[in-house]
Amino acid sequence: MKADLRNNKDFLGGLFMITIGAIAFYMALDYPFGSALRMGPGFFPRVLAGIFMAFGVFVMIRGILSGEKVQGRWGWKPLGFILASLIVFGWTMEHFGLIPALLAMFVIATLGGHEFNWKEVLVLMVVMSTFAVVVFVYLIGLPYPLWGSY
Amino acid sequence: MDMFSNLILGFEVALSLQNLMCCFIGVFVGTAIGVLPGIGPLVTIAMLLPITFNLAPIPALIMLSGIYYGAQYGGSTTSILVNLPGETASVVTCLDGYQMARQGRAGPALAIAAVGSFIAGCVGTLLIALAGPPLAEAALLFGAPEYFSLMLMALVAAACLAHGDMVKSLSMVVLGLLMGIIGTDVNSGMARFSFGVPELTDGIGFTIVAVGLFAIAEIAKNLESRGEDKHEVFTKNITHLYPTKADMKASAWPIARGTVVGAFFGALPGTGPSISAFSAYMVEKKMAKDPSRFGKGAIEGVAGPEAANNAAAQCAFIPTLTLGIPGSATMALMLGALTIQGIAPGPQVMTSKPDLFWGLIASMWIGNAMLVVLNLPLVGLWVKLLKIPYRYLFPSIVMFCAVGNYSINNSPMDVYMCALFGLVGYMLVKMEFEPAPLILGFVLGPLMEENLRRALLISRGDPTVFFTRPISLAFMIVAILILITMFLPAIRKKKELALEGGGG
Repeated sequence: MKADLRNNKDFLGGLFMITIGAIAFYMALDYPFGSALRMGPGFFPRVLAGIFMAFGVFVMIRGILSGEKVQGRWGWKPLGFILASLIVFGWTMEHFGLIPALLAMFVIATLGGHEFNWKEVLVLMVVMSTFAVVVFVYLIGLPYPLWGSY
Repeated sequence: MDMFSNLILGFEVALSLQNLMCCFIGVFVGTAIGVLPGIGPLVTIAMLLPITFNLAPIPALIMLSGIYYGAQYGGSTTSILVNLPGETASVVTCLDGYQMARQGRAGPALAIAAVGSFIAGCVGTLLIALAGPPLAEAALLFGAPEYFSLMLMALVAAACLAHGDMVKSLSMVVLGLLMGIIGTDVNSGMARFSFGVPELTDGIGFTIVAVGLFAIAEIAKNLESRGEDKHEVFTKNITHLYPTKADMKASAWPIARGTVVGAFFGALPGTGPSISAFSAYMVEKKMAKDPSRFGKGAIEGVAGPEAANNAAAQCAFIPTLTLGIPGSATMALMLGALTIQGIAPGPQVMTSKPDLFWGLIASMWIGNAMLVVLNLPLVGLWVKLLKIPYRYLFPSIVMFCAVGNYSINNSPMDVYMCALFGLVGYMLVKMEFEPAPLILGFVLGPLMEENLRRALLISRGDPTVFFTRPISLAFMIVAILILITMFLPAIRKKKELALEGGGG
């Protein structure tokens, strides 16, 4: 039973909702609730967080009853590479400029794909980076340094 | 008549060289990206939104709406040629369009889709011009209670009629509302849910959420299965594009009926192209002398739904522009774009910015005309785009998302946040939560809270105010009715059937 719950989509979904709802509710306790006449900044968040948790409990119970599994596999590896490519892009962009950021982004993002072929990645990288520089910097005029930080 | 002078003003704006260019670029890029398999209008708009922020409001919106209906049309092309719907609205087109393509009639299917969309688009544009001003006038009478009830109704409708499980869709609306709270409270100046991060006191940028939830999560979803999908692309047979006289005759009434159905559903908040396309399909099947032809390449099954989804796409602008209430996630993106351009959406837009309102409407008509002119001769180009393997596409989408989000505030923080929402979005998709209602809630959240507070202030804390004012009561009744009907198993089954497979 326990092993089943780990990949039970509604159980996980409910758990996710209850967690988020609880965090939001807890944080909203710091904001004055006010009264119906003069609603404080805590009113709306607390009510919503409560509704969200209630829905979460419903979804969770339904999950335990139905036992439906998450469809397909969890693709953490491609997701990880895509997210990493975004983060590296942001960081490199700030410190080293647009071109290094684009190059790093393309290499990491393509690692998330099914095939990795250096030649293809190089061509894609050069073509798309040139495109990005021309469109974003020269046509749209975003004030980005191509190399180096601001 | 007043409308004509307004339309003339609109065309003056829309026909300026810059706006024409923006419209053209929007339609072209929208179609090109919409054609790419697995990328629907929502992802296309989310991805390209930040780029338009560098333009002035009018050209930016013209370009965005061009992208919107371009992507919608591009999606139909993919449905017909590859049987890959970019979004739920095109599922219906797949049914008969793909069958037509298999029978070597891809050309006429594409042409009828284009013509149907164009006619529906024209009618839709005209309807906005006709219905907009009186609606906006009526909306000016709305007070805080009416606005709150209207938004509640829109959110309930959007969640109930969305694809997927209703409780989960409603939950996503609530999550969106919660996320909308992040930032500084307007009334008290208090920073809420900011986690001590200074960037968050301004709230989360709305493109960040949209790009993360839709574009990034979508890529991860597509990459999780091993190996690329092999889909048969019917490209060799597109020799004779033009439909025969018999095709035209068979499609005339379906297009007209589809337009009516689409316009009706499009204008209602919460319903959109998917419901319209499906309903139009059902109508055609009911009207047909021989319903068994449907699903086997009946041209009516392409003409009706295509007209309906385009009419709905156009008419969805009615509540968005006149009331400031988006009816779908795509419209929420458009509304967000308006807000970022510094325009407070609502009935006053029409009077305070007539050039924007009427210019946008005129440009929609021009854009629709461009689509017909662009699509038929360029089918060859779209087909080539269809063949681009996904391994080239997804890094390029990531690039647009990264550069676009960085450009909003020139800060890496936005890109990091986008990555976080990509993670959340992926988990939501895996647990079968539909992210579209979330974005609606997110956009409407602050407005809803504001109006709720104001309404209760006016009524001295009496919550019955929502049920004692007639207009507000009407919205509430509709919202409750939708909820009740959706809990009835028979109707729910029908909806599921509608959205899953087009109902045998």
